[in-house]
Amino acid sequence: MKIEFEHHQAAHCESGVTSNLLRISSENKITEPLAFGIGAGLFFVYVPFIKINHGPAIAYRTFPGQIFSRACKSLGVRVVRKKFRSKEQAELFLRECVTNGHPVGCQVGVYYLPYFPKEYRFHFNAHNLIVYGIEQDNYLISDPVMEHPTSLSRRELERVRFAKGPLAPRGHIYYPMKHDVISDEQIKKAIQMGIKKNVNRMLFTPFNFAGIKGIKSTGKKIKKWRDNFGLQMAGSYLAQMVRMQEEIGTGGGGFRFIYAAFLQEAHAYSKHDELLEISKSFTTVGDLWRVAAVQAAGIYKGRIGSQEDFNLMGDYLYEIAELEKNAFLALRKIKWH
Amino acid sequence: MKKDAIPQDLSSLGKITKELCYATDESGKYTTELSKGWDVKIKALDVAWEDIKRRIESAKEQVLKNNASPILFFMEYRLMDINILADYSGFWKWQIKRHLKPKVFNQLSDKKLMKYAAAFSIKVDELKSMTVNED
Repeated sequence: MKIEFEHHQAAHCESGVTSNLLRISSENKITEPLAFGIGAGLFFVYVPFIKINHGPAIAYRTFPGQIFSRACKSLGVRVVRKKFRSKEQAELFLRECVTNGHPVGCQVGVYYLPYFPKEYRFHFNAHNLIVYGIEQDNYLISDPVMEHPTSLSRRELERVRFAKGPLAPRGHIYYPMKHDVISDEQIKKAIQMGIKKNVNRMLFTPFNFAGIKGIKSTGKKIKKWRDNFGLQMAGSYLAQMVRMQEEIGTGGGGFRFIYAAFLQEAHAYSKHDELLEISKSFTTVGDLWRVAAVQAAGIYKGRIGSQEDFNLMGDYLYEIAELEKNAFLALRKIKWH
Repeated sequence: MKKDAIPQDLSSLGKITKELCYATDESGKYTTELSKGWDVKIKALDVAWEDIKRRIESAKEQVLKNNASPILFFMEYRLMDINILADYSGFWKWQIKRHLKPKVFNQLSDKKLMKYAAAFSIKVDELKSMTVNED
């Protein structure tokens, strides 16, 4: 059986799944940038003490799962979500949802995801996709980062839903209740809540490894990488950082372009002209992140690699931190009423 | 980023699916555009795999020199660390650290070897002989 469901490709998996699920109850109004912005998705964090693939754990977005929860909460949509101990129970519940006509979001690991190219398959367990139908022994899959819908066999789906390691999904399944209708007024309110939340998280996180402070402190760290780790390892660290910033699922520029698109769309709901100006600032910041990525690439390609090159890399992050700070301060100043 | 500045350097992902990017059109309005990839991140991914291959090679050497058990090789081969392997195999981390010693590994029961083989998605004799049959 197959549910009436339209696949929309997205830049980022979680905001893509969120928007594709919420489109149903909002007459297609919740686009990916709206889901991302309402879910207060923009962030920066350099998680201390933790290593991912023997490199630094840097994220340009909020923690997995939060975009969906926050977006639904702000939009006043009730949510069903479950995790499972037993694989059988997990599949039973999934079948029941789909048979009852609910497309559902599933958290999966990408290491055993067969339609991803091998080069992209790491033990990353916070990927998201939508199951929207069953055909014999196959599940119909809408993976938002793919151009077209695809399918997974029962065994394949079970394997990725029960991937192990950090952030293990444990069969995590979620969907918004169908009968909660989203009005324009609700979207307007949710946009304001999302922006306020994001301002708080970027400007007032008490730790120096997250938010604007996190960008600055990372810039400071980068300047020391060459001395501390040697040129080759420092290069690998930078490569890992660029992957977190630009790889599939970011929309480019470390999610800054999605956020700029969100602010433009927000303007259609509440006519504050500042939004358009601030959107431009985020475009500038996204472009600067990419300039920094090109500098980093120069280092890991071995084209450049002096201490000055690392200093310049760090300085880019200082400059970005300053720009983002001003952009969020401007967002904070908007008088919503 | 302007729409016409979106890079189109074919990546290994680009052969399977193009990725969606957000960019501005002539009037400054945001729109989406597909990209085949970007040289800067293709190289970043290459660097990651060069590191992995180096780690696998050095693990292989360690095993051949009898400094480590084949578990080390397969751990690197499957891009795992001890935490992930502990999760997949059901062993404690300290147990795995013990089993990384060739002496201890050679005395492991079939049942334990089977747990490791399952965690690496390989057969027991492949584990013992450090052979790779790529799926």
